[in-house]
Amino acid sequence: MAASSDTGVDFRTRLQNWLPKLVLSPSLAVMLIFVYGFIAFTIYISFTDSRMLPSYEWVGWQNYDRLFRIREWNIALNNLAIFSSLYIVISTIIGLMLAIFLDQKIRGEGVLRPIFLYPMALSFIVTGTAWKWFLDPAIGLENTMHLWGWTSFQFNWIKDRDMAIYTIVIAAVWQSSGFVMAMFLAGLRGIDNEILKAAQMDGASNFQLYRRIILPQLRPAFLSAFVILSHLAIKSYDLVIALTGGGPGNATALPATFMYSYTFTRNQMGIGASSAVIMLMTIAAIMVPYLYAELREKS
Amino acid sequence: MGFLDIRNVTKSYGSVEVLHQVDIEVQEGEFLVLVGPSGCGKSTLLNMIAGLEGITGGEIAIRDKVVNGVHPSKRNIAMVFQSYALYPNMTVAQNITFGLEMHGIPKPDREKAMASVAGLLQIGDLLGRKPGQLSGGQRQRVAMGRALVRDPDVFLFDEPLSNLDAKLRVDMRTEIKKLHQKLGTTIVYVTHDQIEAMTLSTRIAVMYDGYVQQLGTPKDIYDSPANLFVATFMGSPAMNVLPSKLVERDGALHVLVSDSDGRELALRVENAPASYAAYKDREVLLGIRPEAITDPDGADRNARNVRPMTNTVGVTEPAGADTFVTMALSGKDCIARMRADAEVHPGQPFDFAVNMDKAVLFDPKTEDRIA
Amino acid sequence: MAVASTDTAIRSSNWSRMLIYLVLLLFALFYLLPFGIMLVNSLKPLEEITGGNMVALPRTWTIEPWLSAWSTAQIGVEPTGLRPYFINSIMMAVPAVLLSTIVGALNGYVLTKWQFRGSTIVFGLLLFSCFIPFQIVLIPMARILGLLQIAGTTPGLVLVHFVYGIGFTTLYFRNYYAAFPTELVRAAQIDGAGFFQIFRRILLPSSGPIIAVSFIWQFTNIWNDFLFGASFASGGSAPMTVALNNLVNSSTGVREYNVHFAGAIMAAGPTLLVYIVAGRYFVRGLMAGSVKG
Repeated sequence: MAASSDTGVDFRTRLQNWLPKLVLSPSLAVMLIFVYGFIAFTIYISFTDSRMLPSYEWVGWQNYDRLFRIREWNIALNNLAIFSSLYIVISTIIGLMLAIFLDQKIRGEGVLRPIFLYPMALSFIVTGTAWKWFLDPAIGLENTMHLWGWTSFQFNWIKDRDMAIYTIVIAAVWQSSGFVMAMFLAGLRGIDNEILKAAQMDGASNFQLYRRIILPQLRPAFLSAFVILSHLAIKSYDLVIALTGGGPGNATALPATFMYSYTFTRNQMGIGASSAVIMLMTIAAIMVPYLYAELREKS
Repeated sequence: MGFLDIRNVTKSYGSVEVLHQVDIEVQEGEFLVLVGPSGCGKSTLLNMIAGLEGITGGEIAIRDKVVNGVHPSKRNIAMVFQSYALYPNMTVAQNITFGLEMHGIPKPDREKAMASVAGLLQIGDLLGRKPGQLSGGQRQRVAMGRALVRDPDVFLFDEPLSNLDAKLRVDMRTEIKKLHQKLGTTIVYVTHDQIEAMTLSTRIAVMYDGYVQQLGTPKDIYDSPANLFVATFMGSPAMNVLPSKLVERDGALHVLVSDSDGRELALRVENAPASYAAYKDREVLLGIRPEAITDPDGADRNARNVRPMTNTVGVTEPAGADTFVTMALSGKDCIARMRADAEVHPGQPFDFAVNMDKAVLFDPKTEDRIA
Repeated sequence: MAVASTDTAIRSSNWSRMLIYLVLLLFALFYLLPFGIMLVNSLKPLEEITGGNMVALPRTWTIEPWLSAWSTAQIGVEPTGLRPYFINSIMMAVPAVLLSTIVGALNGYVLTKWQFRGSTIVFGLLLFSCFIPFQIVLIPMARILGLLQIAGTTPGLVLVHFVYGIGFTTLYFRNYYAAFPTELVRAAQIDGAGFFQIFRRILLPSSGPIIAVSFIWQFTNIWNDFLFGASFASGGSAPMTVALNNLVNSSTGVREYNVHFAGAIMAAGPTLLVYIVAGRYFVRGLMAGSVKG
């Protein structure tokens, strides 16, 4: 508050001027070491021939070069593209639909909303355990349909190399679409009701009302949903481990599982580090402009 | 030397100077009002007196002790904020005594001080409540109680009435004035409301654009505004400012304006200051307050120089106690203030009486009053 | 405000309302089914699961799977049940939640009421840390924990969760305190209160809701974490999620689905309980963490 350039400041005021910075500095130090220092270290490792332990032998871009020749990494990238686009699009559609429906003065909203949202409180490991079994053809949904007499029913994606990645989409959408719903619902509730009344006076139908008046005003909610979901998608690790373990084979590998297995299981730390750097860059490309815009708007 | 001295004080944020060379001497027991539109620097100045903002240049002294850089709590001041800033989690009693507690005053003394303040402000029955349970006027009282209990050298008020509704605002205004008369405390009071400034103050500093435009008694400011800004900012409805020409006719100075049809009207000036001579045959701005243009029966009987003026009535606005008339003069809207029962009709000519004793002239270039 | 408002502003025909209710109910079923069926099947003997219908109620009700999951099931190599790991998770989550909340509250206080040149940059640095993929810190963190001799221990995990929780807690408190009137802080300054007194006497008593949000979200995130637990805790010090994964995905022996389900529900229990008891704050934290400001 008091500008530090001002003259003749007494001791107590000077102490009071320094205290805030003093209080904040441990956090800043922790961030600089554990976040930014660690990022720098990992980037450095990605340029060395580290295997089981960090080594400091500089190898230039060799790890990156090799990384993009590894078949599993390319599968992981491909999976990430499929998974994240479907996950984001489907979660957004379901979330938006549920939010719009719930906003129609629904009886029992107080019961439905928590039901839609509770999966967000669960660990991905729990979600994975539940869905793994539900999707298992031998005892889950397929078996139940057979027992109910629909013997031609087939649903064995989780065992199918080409389809297994979609089971991850299903479970992930199950977990986070309620969260997207809550974000859109908050956006819908924030829209000035007088604008809606005015639009109805102008003769807009319900459909037009949503398409022309309401959805354009939800832009910030769309943006936030996109940012949050994409960063969740890139970080996805637990769900894959619990649901498929990356299998069958490595059909459901994602960059996060690739990084872990190369670094800690296969002792290829240099390559693992380079894959982590790629993940960071991808997320930074989305988050940095978003956070920058958010912080600027406020000041 | 005053009780509170503001000497050549400036404030800059980075390279932008927002307050320029402010110089005010406040005597003990004075009620100084800083008035101006938002962004004029009045709140910044108040915060600098409080110690909530640093001083870039110059110095502020309270009782001859320079307080630059002294912590707010060591300046022996108290402040009433616009939002009252009552601590929401504390009761009224705790709010009032918090400052005493922070200054290490023992509990029995705190209670005694609180009891006397509570009696003074008649808030004894509110002491156990939380701020959320109080009405606007009650919060206002508690905020004043919190300031009074400290028995400070200087009270600082930052727009304390602007959150109250119109009627309560008038009541609280009287209340504050009574309190000042009773206790004789030194007060610096910030407001953007010129009526508050006029009614409360013993002196007013009109501020605009980081400068003190004029410092003087309410009467000075109202009758002899230093420049066009002060003239139009103080008073409601605002002073009429009419482009006109100063000429000499029949050995006397006249101000020429034009009526609604563009015909010339000449208003004679008497007892003109010597400085008017230099403006002979030049364009000037005539400043005349609405209450100086009346129906002939409503003219001030003590005025020596009341001039007749016939003009077409534009719009009439009956306001209960008075009727305001808008007419065209020199191509501008000019407002006149009539008695409520004056017979004025839109579109009809009417004989106005203009009290030229109250007229002032401004230089159109510098916008300063010609005095 | 808006609940009443939609009712006047948007009208729809009766039968489109029927459709809306139908869709909403179907989705409610979609969200409830996997967890609900898991709950029902955790109360069945194993033969009823492998040989029967998953949606059928148990013919023989049994709590045997729950007892087994809690105290005798094979986790890794030891037949300890999940109990020790449950305790690990509590020992890990509680201190990490408390520490990160305290630090976040102080940071939020400084970043809103005592801004200085560069404080926005500090906030930006803290904020970005919320969104990094944690894979980027796994390698150096493993080294540092080794150097500090807390690798593979619960205190090690407390440190990790504390460090990477600061960003979020700071965000929560900053956004909350940004709406707290600065005039109150100024009034307290004039009253003679210092930096910590203002925090303790003026801000903290009004911080109940945001403390709840911070507790709940930190607890949920830390309890549910798998990556750090799997990377930095070995054997007996593993948290609940890692132990559950070991239980479910152990490749040896007969798959005791009913025990797996009981274990999964145990792992979900604390966070679900928090959600049921304090769902209001849960949703609020969701918003605070996504839509800033």
